[in-house]
Amino acid sequence: MTTLSDSIEGRLPARAAAGTAGGPPRVLRRRIGVRQTLANGLTLAWRNVTQLKHSPEKLMDVTLMPIVFLVLFLYVFGGAVAGSTHAYLELLLPGLVGLIAMFSTVSLGTALCEDIHRGVFDRFRSLPIARSAPLIGAVLGDTVRFCVAMAVLTGFGSALGFRFHTGPLSILAAYGLAYVFYLAVCWISVLIGLIAPSPETVQGISFIGVMPLTFGSSVLLSKTHTMPGWLQAWVSVNPVTHLANSVRALTIGGPLGSNALITLAWAAGIVIVVFPLAMRMYRRRA
Amino acid sequence: MAGMTTVIEAEGLTKRFGATQALAGVDLHADSGRVLALLGPNGAGKTTIVRILATLLKPDAGRARVCGYDVVADATVVRQLLALTGQYASVDEQLTGTENLIMICRLLGFGRPVSRARAREMLERFELTDASARAVRTYSGGMRRRLDLAASLLGEPEVLFLDEPTTGLDPRGRGQMWDTVRGVVAGGATVLLTTQYLDEADELADQIAVIDHGLVVAYGTPAELKGRTGSQTLAVRATDAAHAPQVAAVVAGVVGVPPDVAENGLVTVAVSDPAMVPAVVRRLDDAGIVAAELSLRLPSLDEVFLTLTGHRAEEDGLECEGTAA
Repeated sequence: MTTLSDSIEGRLPARAAAGTAGGPPRVLRRRIGVRQTLANGLTLAWRNVTQLKHSPEKLMDVTLMPIVFLVLFLYVFGGAVAGSTHAYLELLLPGLVGLIAMFSTVSLGTALCEDIHRGVFDRFRSLPIARSAPLIGAVLGDTVRFCVAMAVLTGFGSALGFRFHTGPLSILAAYGLAYVFYLAVCWISVLIGLIAPSPETVQGISFIGVMPLTFGSSVLLSKTHTMPGWLQAWVSVNPVTHLANSVRALTIGGPLGSNALITLAWAAGIVIVVFPLAMRMYRRRA
Repeated sequence: MAGMTTVIEAEGLTKRFGATQALAGVDLHADSGRVLALLGPNGAGKTTIVRILATLLKPDAGRARVCGYDVVADATVVRQLLALTGQYASVDEQLTGTENLIMICRLLGFGRPVSRARAREMLERFELTDASARAVRTYSGGMRRRLDLAASLLGEPEVLFLDEPTTGLDPRGRGQMWDTVRGVVAGGATVLLTTQYLDEADELADQIAVIDHGLVVAYGTPAELKGRTGSQTLAVRATDAAHAPQVAAVVAGVVGVPPDVAENGLVTVAVSDPAMVPAVVRRLDDAGIVAAELSLRLPSLDEVFLTLTGHRAEEDGLECEGTAA
């Protein structure tokens, strides 16, 4: 049966065969609640994950990137920076958790920029779901990419001789922190994907942002005293530095300090600023 | 029973994209359980109207209501009542047919088992069961449209918007689409479709709104419009092009209006009574003129336009109206 919730005055044409076999009755609602938004977001995340299942080659970048970075940095810098590759691996791998988290977000904006011009987004916009659901779905769906990248990084690093020095809870906290920060940065990628005129430009813009944030941080080195003053200042405010320092402390030991809290504060700040901007851009493109 | 409730009503809709005035004040209405066709050439503003009514685009001025709800102020409510099948099939190419339909069901709030069952049911109804496990990118154009329509019908919409539902389909595909639209209307839904084909509007619509340069230039039932344009066109060409003047004279004598004579000798005129054809044949025979071609057909969109607007249907090149904002 077609029924109207009391909050809505209006009329519906009576339909002889209204109602949906086995489905919920049609109750019209004025707004979409948080629970439904999240449920819709999860359904759309499932869409993204299912796409990956059909074309696993899309995971190639997050599979190869950790291996390439690990091998290159380890054998190019290892001896020079830390005296031996083994000593450097302890320093490098936790840092790469931050670096790879950052790099993994780039493709999200590119994919979204492509996706949004397809007809399927018109359907999403005409469905009674939250406006933000397709974007939330895209970000949550990218969790798979993060997990693959981290699994490859950690697995390959362990094969090269990396060992954790902390307990399972600390290790979990390290990856959890990286994931939270990753989700926040994903929104920046979404915003770029919505602003950029073409998928190619998304990549260009993203890398210009990602490069100074990752390489201008403590990701590759823990000591920054040899850098010029301006760079030291940049490195010390760079959130990726705080993330890398947190992951180091939580995986190989050492003082955590306020690094984790600063990382979380940055993540929250990024979402608070970027999410509304992204939604505005998305509405405007609609 | 349904009665004559107005389901779609629009007043004075205007929309501008940069320098292009896409809509210049459109008024429309459609009654429940009926089919309203927007007929017009590319760039006339048909898609812009659909996108405004389907809550995808805000009008610059004017207002529109679907089932009594404002498409801007009550967009969320309106979305619960409508379904849209766009000009370009709005399905996910990378998912399978089944996955597409399950996704839409889940978004509409159906539980997992119900979603599966409904997806299966719809795929069967649209003869897509064999292709259900294949990625949509491997589908033909007709299969995509069918899946798209299936996705639109999952929520049992009160109002179905079909933007050029048969463009690019082969004759068999068109016929299937027409049957489906009739089925949807029989189920009680109201349909608004856009088309460039007069025969399609004639075939499906209860009311036709002819759109030109962002305005409704004619509105009425197919019979009313045909009454104004001449329901059919008679075309005659003699084997010898030199006989064209005599042919024209014969046709003028029977129909009562001077016909158009083309350079190749083709004589055409709008006729309202098919019984005039045998009379023309007889008179030509009497005059000893052999007709190489003699046909009676529906007027083309171009001819309808010429009659209704005084100019030919032009392509204004506003291809991506609505998305180019």
